[in-house]
Amino acid sequence: MTDLLREFFLAFGDAGLVIWTVLKILAIAVPLIVAVAMFVYWERKVIGWMHVRMGPNQIGPLGLLQAFADVFKLLFKEVVRPTKANKALFYLAPLIALVPSFAAWAVIPFDDGLVLADVNAGLLFLLAMTSMGVYGIIIAGWASNSRYAMLGAMRAAAQTVSYEIAMGFSLVSVLILSGSLNLSAIVAAQSGPYGIAEWFMWPLLPMFVIYFVSGVAETNRAPFDVAEGESEIVAGFHVEYSGSAFAIFFLAEYANMILISFLAPVLFLGGWLSPFPASWGWIGGPSWLWLFVKAFFFAFCYLWFRASFPRYRYDQIMRLGWKVFIPITLFWVMVAGCMKYFGWVTIGA
Amino acid sequence: MTFQSLCFYGFSAVTVLAALAVISVRQPVHAALCLVLTFFSAACLWLLADAEFLAIALVLVYVGAVMVLFLFVVMMLDVDIAPLREGTMRLLPVGIAVAVIMLVEIVALAGMRALKIAAGPDPAIAAGGSNVEWIARVLFSEYLLPFEVAALILTVGLIAAIPLTLRKRAGLKTQNPSRQVRVRREDRVRLVKMAAETKGEGSP
Repeated sequence: MTDLLREFFLAFGDAGLVIWTVLKILAIAVPLIVAVAMFVYWERKVIGWMHVRMGPNQIGPLGLLQAFADVFKLLFKEVVRPTKANKALFYLAPLIALVPSFAAWAVIPFDDGLVLADVNAGLLFLLAMTSMGVYGIIIAGWASNSRYAMLGAMRAAAQTVSYEIAMGFSLVSVLILSGSLNLSAIVAAQSGPYGIAEWFMWPLLPMFVIYFVSGVAETNRAPFDVAEGESEIVAGFHVEYSGSAFAIFFLAEYANMILISFLAPVLFLGGWLSPFPASWGWIGGPSWLWLFVKAFFFAFCYLWFRASFPRYRYDQIMRLGWKVFIPITLFWVMVAGCMKYFGWVTIGA
Repeated sequence: MTFQSLCFYGFSAVTVLAALAVISVRQPVHAALCLVLTFFSAACLWLLADAEFLAIALVLVYVGAVMVLFLFVVMMLDVDIAPLREGTMRLLPVGIAVAVIMLVEIVALAGMRALKIAAGPDPAIAAGGSNVEWIARVLFSEYLLPFEVAALILTVGLIAAIPLTLRKRAGLKTQNPSRQVRVRREDRVRLVKMAAETKGEGSP
């Protein structure tokens, strides 16, 4: 079916290739936007249950349409621009936040061969894209011409830059073991006769934990959400944004969260590989469903953290990043190098 | 004209325009953002030349880290723009002289290299590996010593930057997290046992 469509479009030459690529991009972007809406609903439900409340239950069956109602409310609201705000940058900031969070999805493999752009330097591309997301926040904070927004932007920038280092090192250890920057190759390196024991989360357990915690910090989510810090700086960098501009910030943040939730299984939990032995029949076979189940777990962890942990103080965040995570990652990169060099772990089937 | 050359001209136009904007816009924050755009479009140009590792490393290092800190500083400085503009015109001849010298140097270097090396097929593709793998192989075998020396210099620079900013101020309040964690109840709370009621002197 897809092969036929592909042949059909490629018959038109360069223009057909562009259309085919745009279609492929839409096939990722549209479900992603819907997933963000459902994730917001799920977040409110889960946090509601954890607080022994109902969560949204009025709009649509089980409140399922609540997220869409919120989207329409936001879209119809007026976008208020503060006086003396920098007009061009004020409107540009949400888009700058959104573009990297969507562009990063280009290299995520959903199944063996099911990837938009199978680039060799996929892991580096991801790191580059996630590190660019901070621009939207900084520009929003500065262009709003507001003290609260500026403080939030400064906190977000410092936090993102700090945790990027720890995150980068945990990715380095993954690529030492897998010997490739290509995400599909990284998943392939985690397959083998011993199934679940071949996943990188076992030899790289500290890095796996650090990766996910850094991911939470990098997306500015609770308990690292001092960039928004409702109790101190109202809403941080997006305090002056309303309506659709705010909705775009929201979309970018949740797309980033889902991205981190997908990356953790791809890098450490064997992506689409099954946790069960291959001899168990269809349940032991690789499938994109496994990747989605694993990603769902991490997405749920985001909500779990938010409902469970109090917000970190700012200096504690910096201490955790610089004095705890970075030394551990530096050490474990060496350990990973030894594992590879002395053959303590076997890579691939 | 192929799609590739169309992209090349587009990206190079953006690079040049953004670079011009860096030195001509009034607002320092705008200038810093234009510099980000310059880096990014330069990275796109490298990507067109199949140098994917260099391109992404440029975005990662310069756009993702260096410029974020730079923007940070520029935003924090409350720069009065008017006096800066006056200096620009005075320093313009010096700037142009430096630019011309650099251009001559680059052209001379590029010209000499172009004479020496015949442009053949991409060695990475010829070897059947990826660009990243190729660079890594060369970097960690042939150029290991320069690589290690560069790493050492960067580490020294990193360590030197910390003592430069680390000043002991008098009356600075600090916290020691490990001591905070070790605190027991007995250190902070003292329970006093006393009778629930006392016989006051003047009470009836």
